[in-house]
Amino acid sequence: MIDRSPSSLVKAVSRQLQDVMDPELTFLSVTDMGILRDVKFENGHIVCVITPTYSGCPATEVISEDVLKAAREIDPDAEVEVVLSPAWTTDWISLEAREKMTANGIAPPEGSSHDKAFLTGDGHTIPCPICKSKETKLISPFGSTPCKASFTCNACLEPFEHFKCF
Amino acid sequence: MHALLRLGDDALVLAQRLGEWCGHAPALEEDIALTNIALDLIGQTQSYLTLAGSLDPDAPKTDDELAFLRSESEFKNLLLVEQSNGHFGDTIARQFLFDQYALLRAEHLAQQTFDLDAAAIAAKAVKEIRYHAAHSSKWIIRLGDGTSESHSRIQKSIDDLWAFTGEMFAADDVDIAGSIAGLLPDLSALKTQWDVEIDRVLVEATLIRPKDGAMKTGGRTGVHTEELGTMLAEMQILPRTHPGASW
Repeated sequence: MIDRSPSSLVKAVSRQLQDVMDPELTFLSVTDMGILRDVKFENGHIVCVITPTYSGCPATEVISEDVLKAAREIDPDAEVEVVLSPAWTTDWISLEAREKMTANGIAPPEGSSHDKAFLTGDGHTIPCPICKSKETKLISPFGSTPCKASFTCNACLEPFEHFKCF
Repeated sequence: MHALLRLGDDALVLAQRLGEWCGHAPALEEDIALTNIALDLIGQTQSYLTLAGSLDPDAPKTDDELAFLRSESEFKNLLLVEQSNGHFGDTIARQFLFDQYALLRAEHLAQQTFDLDAAAIAAKAVKEIRYHAAHSSKWIIRLGDGTSESHSRIQKSIDDLWAFTGEMFAADDVDIAGSIAGLLPDLSALKTQWDVEIDRVLVEATLIRPKDGAMKTGGRTGVHTEELGTMLAEMQILPRTHPGASW
């Protein structure tokens, strides 16, 4: 018999959602990314609160569906709520997730999003995630997804992506 | 509702224009940049139009209905953002003039407490627009302070679009009521800030700020240039031909 008390449901769903991955960074979970903001019990069912990274990021819709599907395996009445405030920031990405990014060839966000210079990469060094050289160059402040910028490493000559500080 | 439609329509129409660059930009990086900016703007559009469409409980409309099933005269965007792409410099000049305005407007919206839903949308938008503004400003400087060819062409782009800048600050009843309520910024104060930022970039770009002449207006009341109709025809054809179509 499954324990249906609100607190155990919240715990079970939270555990379940640790396996829901970001569809564009498949080695990171939505929890790692700070996209999953809360799991709560309201009006007799589970509500999973998520927040989009960028306003137009198409991954948000997929994430919302994946979270709903995973949560409903525990509570068939679970719902997903999308909130915009407070606005998502890369400051919420866990340290562990940043290490996973580097291991997967993506330079993680550097510093705090409150420092506006970081936003545009002005005067800041983004080390190469592959050879660790600091001799890197911004190719474009935009990249393959809204959250990334394109760099190249002058030492190992590999192109790489940098997760924008946002 | 009118104030939110204006915000949504500015973003939507500019996004559609930028999307036209997909596969056509002068370099791959810039193709990606312009379409990434378009994607952010579409996200902002979805948020603003969803909110606008929910305000009349007797006749609720979805963001898609507002985007795809309104006619030209029902769009309330600035004339500036509907102007056709021209060459890359024209597109960057349009972006630069709009970004600086959109950033100041979103900063105000994010701070106000009259409409907290709009504030939440704007708080996200501010971060995105700040990034866009940095990009378009850098291009203005690079082209202005570049070769004699790039200098003269970007100067002409700014000169050509200047007549559309007055509309951003021409306050009408919606702006005045919105400003009194606290939702919208005071446009004369916004203009002062915009001037400072525009002048700073133009000076660095070694470009000359055009003189204010007769300004073209009408977009806010649905009186558009001929550019919008053809753009909407392309943007809306699918949902109008196949109502309710889904992926």
